[in-house]
Amino acid sequence: MSAVTQTPAAASADARKAGDWLLIATVILLGVWVLLPIYLLIVNALSSPEQVTAFPKRFFPAFDTGSLSFFINFAGVARALWNSVLVATLTMILSIGFGAPAGYALSRFDFPGKGTFRFLVLMTRAFPLPLLALPLAVMFIRTGLDDTAIGLALVHTTLALPFAVLITFSLFSGIPVELEEAAWTLGCTRLQAFRKVILPLALPGIAASAVFAFTISWNEVFAAAVLTIENRTLTAFLLQSLGESPLYLKFAGGAALVVPALIFIFAVRKYLFAMWGIANR
Amino acid sequence: MHGKALPYLLLMPATLFLCVFFLYPFVLVAFEALTRDGAFTLDNFRAMAGSWKFPVTVRNTLLLAAIVVPIQLVMALLMASVVSRLETGRSAALYIFAIPLGISDLAAGLIWLAIFDQSGFLNTLLAHLGVVDRPIMFLGYQSKLTIFIAVALAEIWRATAIMMVILVAGMGLIPKEYYEAAEVFGAGPWKRFVRITLPLLRPSLQTAIILRVILAFEVFAVVAALGGTNLPVLMGETYNWQFTLQDRNVAAASALLILAISIGFTLFFLRVLRVPKEARI
Repeated sequence: MSAVTQTPAAASADARKAGDWLLIATVILLGVWVLLPIYLLIVNALSSPEQVTAFPKRFFPAFDTGSLSFFINFAGVARALWNSVLVATLTMILSIGFGAPAGYALSRFDFPGKGTFRFLVLMTRAFPLPLLALPLAVMFIRTGLDDTAIGLALVHTTLALPFAVLITFSLFSGIPVELEEAAWTLGCTRLQAFRKVILPLALPGIAASAVFAFTISWNEVFAAAVLTIENRTLTAFLLQSLGESPLYLKFAGGAALVVPALIFIFAVRKYLFAMWGIANR
Repeated sequence: MHGKALPYLLLMPATLFLCVFFLYPFVLVAFEALTRDGAFTLDNFRAMAGSWKFPVTVRNTLLLAAIVVPIQLVMALLMASVVSRLETGRSAALYIFAIPLGISDLAAGLIWLAIFDQSGFLNTLLAHLGVVDRPIMFLGYQSKLTIFIAVALAEIWRATAIMMVILVAGMGLIPKEYYEAAEVFGAGPWKRFVRITLPLLRPSLQTAIILRVILAFEVFAVVAALGGTNLPVLMGETYNWQFTLQDRNVAAASALLILAISIGFTLFFLRVLRVPKEARI
């Protein structure tokens, strides 16, 4: 009798256990799918040029800096790295500088035209923005912005600005207006209240969205390749030398692109989901 | 008076910026596509469509999107559901799954080049397993199918994360009570997923699909890294018209075509997956 009553319970416990194992196995499998290709690139980057072109390959890095030092000393690479950092920094400054005030305005005021502005910002998400580099190339030649870091940074800012606006909007919305109002009643001006009360609270989030803007620019390929000739960024440099560069240069370059990106993503991991979740509603 | 003007003052930099670097280039690109030497003409579109590569290019781009996006949707749903059921290690799993978000499409192409290259890791594995005795040329000009598969894999690897993140954010909004109620009435995990998760996830699904489809038409650097010119896609051809063939007007026509396809699909998914106001959570 007792056996009959126990069996369903035991079966469901078994099923649950099997389900748990399946869950863990799936997570591990998906994790390997994401990490293994990156690992293989790093193996290549940490091998000597001969090992990279040799066959068959080793699945473990030889910790040889041959490829990397070849890459760093290759003509144009150091400059391309510097240009990438410069453009990304400018993009970061521009997108936060323009985006954060807009985000604050959206979170604190109700005014005619608010809907239109939000629509304009959201619309940018529905267009392949790097294409805009094509007409801008002509405009930049006329205005002397062609082949400059600031010119490219302006285009990258169109990519990063919508994120900056939406992210700072949600950041400021999360800080109670009452805090600001309390500061006003205690004699602060609007600017003082913002600087002394709101800014310290919002700063970590703003920093995260700045890192995000930096990463967007750091990774962008098409506009960078269209708009730069002499002052190529790392992505533009790698793209334009794909045809002739040896394998070990490509892999070392790929690693040089990936490793900083991994660090950026790790630095903002706490905000990653909030940001993408919000930025795409 | 000051209070009334303030929001507009705060929005002004971002608005002006978007007008100059987002709206104006659109007008410019349309203008360039529709004129040649100052006169209105459709010749640019004729030149674009008349190129022998054009049908292949359109077919490759659409086929790639049609194959990659559904697979990514399923994988992103799997990742998101697995993560939401995880009790320990949830944030670590999320971080790992989100890593490709921060990786440039060029770097993703180079990562998969390390695998598919003739002296790469796939050939090494096949040789160790004794399947092949000589490395196979996966990415040669004669092996269009393997190039296509490599590009599709790299795209799936790179851009599933963006859908996953949006879906995870969306799943977080579904009230737990619904699942508890369904469980009480005896609905299994699959039934709960189909009857609760999927319908309530519709707004997020819509965003994720639209964003991803647009990105799919922008595919460029992954193809450049893996296939060179052996697998022409729209964005790559646009780049070619601009640089190799030095014809800005046809490049603009090509860009306009990508824009038109993107907008067309955006409207299509907005309509098909539309969520009535009352049904939102």
